[in-house]
Amino acid sequence: MKNKTIKKVDLIFEQVDHLAILDKTLNRSSEEIILDIIDSGLRGRGGAGFPTGLKWKFARNEDSEQKYVICNADEGEPGTFKDREILTQVPEKVLTGMAVCGKAIGASEGYIYLRAEYNFLLPMLHQKIDTFNNVLKEKKFDFSVAIRSGSGAYVCGEETALMESMEGFRGEPRNKPPFPTSKGYLGKPTSINNVETLVFALMIANLGPKMFKELGTFDSRGSKVFSISGDTPSAGIYELELGMTLEDFVNEFGDGDTKAVQIGGASGYCVARKNFKSTVIGFEGIPTGGSMMLFNSSRSMYNILRDYLEFFEEESCGQCTPCRIGCQQLLKGVEAVKKGLKPPSYLENLQRLSETMKIASKCGLGQSVGNPFNSIINNFREEIIY
Amino acid sequence: MPTKVLIYIKVHIINPTKNFMTRIEQFVKEQADYYGRRRNSLMPILQAVVQSERYLSEEAMVAVAEELDLSTADVFGTASFYTFLDTVPRGKNIIKVCKTITCHMKGKDEIISTIEDQLKIKLGSTSSDGRFSLLQANCLGWCHKGPVMLVNDEIYTEITPEKTVEVIRDYLKKTK
Ligand SMILES: Cc1cc2nc3c(=O)[nH]c(=O)nc-3n(C[C@H](O)[C@H](O)[C@H](O)COP(=O)(O)O)c2cc1C
Ligand code: SF4
Ligand code: FES
Repeated sequence: MKNKTIKKVDLIFEQVDHLAILDKTLNRSSEEIILDIIDSGLRGRGGAGFPTGLKWKFARNEDSEQKYVICNADEGEPGTFKDREILTQVPEKVLTGMAVCGKAIGASEGYIYLRAEYNFLLPMLHQKIDTFNNVLKEKKFDFSVAIRSGSGAYVCGEETALMESMEGFRGEPRNKPPFPTSKGYLGKPTSINNVETLVFALMIANLGPKMFKELGTFDSRGSKVFSISGDTPSAGIYELELGMTLEDFVNEFGDGDTKAVQIGGASGYCVARKNFKSTVIGFEGIPTGGSMMLFNSSRSMYNILRDYLEFFEEESCGQCTPCRIGCQQLLKGVEAVKKGLKPPSYLENLQRLSETMKIASKCGLGQSVGNPFNSIINNFREEIIY
Repeated sequence: MPTKVLIYIKVHIINPTKNFMTRIEQFVKEQADYYGRRRNSLMPILQAVVQSERYLSEEAMVAVAEELDLSTADVFGTASFYTFLDTVPRGKNIIKVCKTITCHMKGKDEIISTIEDQLKIKLGSTSSDGRFSLLQANCLGWCHKGPVMLVNDEIYTEITPEKTVEVIRDYLKKTK
């Protein structure tokens, strides 16, 4: 069978005249801007995939003097590194995307929450932001951007934890609802969007929704920036059309010996070779914030699972019991099975525990630990036991 | 009944050191002047202290609490949440080797043992001359170029044991 070639796209990294797009957008009404984004079908690129146009609409419809735009540049999901590259290569597009969002929802302040691991970007970003803020002032558009830094906590990428952190508290996720669009940063309506989402929104504001809709599938419109790592001869950052099968993906990026692919980072799913053909990368199949990790047959899936669990055990904020204790027990549990201290059937207990974590945890971190856990155990049970 | 006369004596406890500010207190005050004294100024101020001192001493946290009118426990409670806001002394240069999955696959263990040998320190500790701390961190966002490490804010990608030795040697020269 001949394989489809994967379509490479260049919307994100293409250099554009961002000020011309800004002028064009500032002359439109916020309804028009939002309708275009809704029509395009753009969904959040940070992982959760919420429709961006709707998010903006909710924030816009809130009656409040003060609203905020936040650009989520916390990028902590293992295997994800595209936001750093976007901020490095096209910072003006990110800033302009924030201004477009500000115009759409009626906010006058925007913040970039940048993870501390990317502090080396600060001097460059500060300079770009100063210039940009001055331009906005000249244009008499009431909006300005500032940066806030993280301090090495993965959970602060979760939107409400990020806001707690910006407010000066421990980065512990809040209960939802209320959602940030009604009560976000400092209790005000806030639209929080991933770096990549904001750039796509800018490109849709520039080129119209049609070109975006023509890419991808019904559920997964457009393209997406992928962070590809692991056992691959072509590790790196690629913008690809959504809706490809994993088989096509592996044919393009694998090393010929790919046994599994982890889609969506540590909190995503592990797909084994036998399912490559039937797996679609996108919201109708397995969604991803961009992380694609390839493993070839030289890798021990036990080590990989252990690494993931260790990651979650360290990064759990500890606020709720199912996640705090659950992460520890899953890690201890698989180690015990591996060492023969517990029988293989103990894995079923652990899988039940991970189901409980999915139901009872407060935020996406605890809720998604079961994704890698169950998908690795179901596909590679022997490797975990022996 | 005799009337009781209560005499209140106001005692001023004079703290001889309180008239001048220590260097840290002065630094914290400057940061508070710059970032403001509201709750959402807390993180930027703590980050500035760590940037300059490499960690948050008790003295620094007390000073921050005083400037922002918070309890010291609250300041410590917030700081202790964040891996990069250390509350134990760290070296002038902080090395953070990425330990997460792809860097693990690409040989971070070898990098760590190379640095341990070169600096004669164990993972997680600080050299006795206070020049280096060697730590691990979770995914640093360069997985396509693993293994990677941060030295302070500087990133080093696709490092080999040989390259690591060179990088550390440069820092040894730079830091007296
Ligand atoms: C534990 C956890 C970590 C997250 N980390 C990030 C992140 O680093 N970057 C990001 O954009 N979204 C992250 N998210 C998703 C955000 O909560 C939020 O959905 C997203 O920023 C919304 O932007 P979007 O709609 O443009 O995707 C994380 C979610 C969870 C539960
Ligand atoms: S699920 Fe985990 S990370 Fe999320 S609030 Fe609960 S303990 Fe914290
Ligand atoms: S795993 Fe090391 S940088 Fe991502």
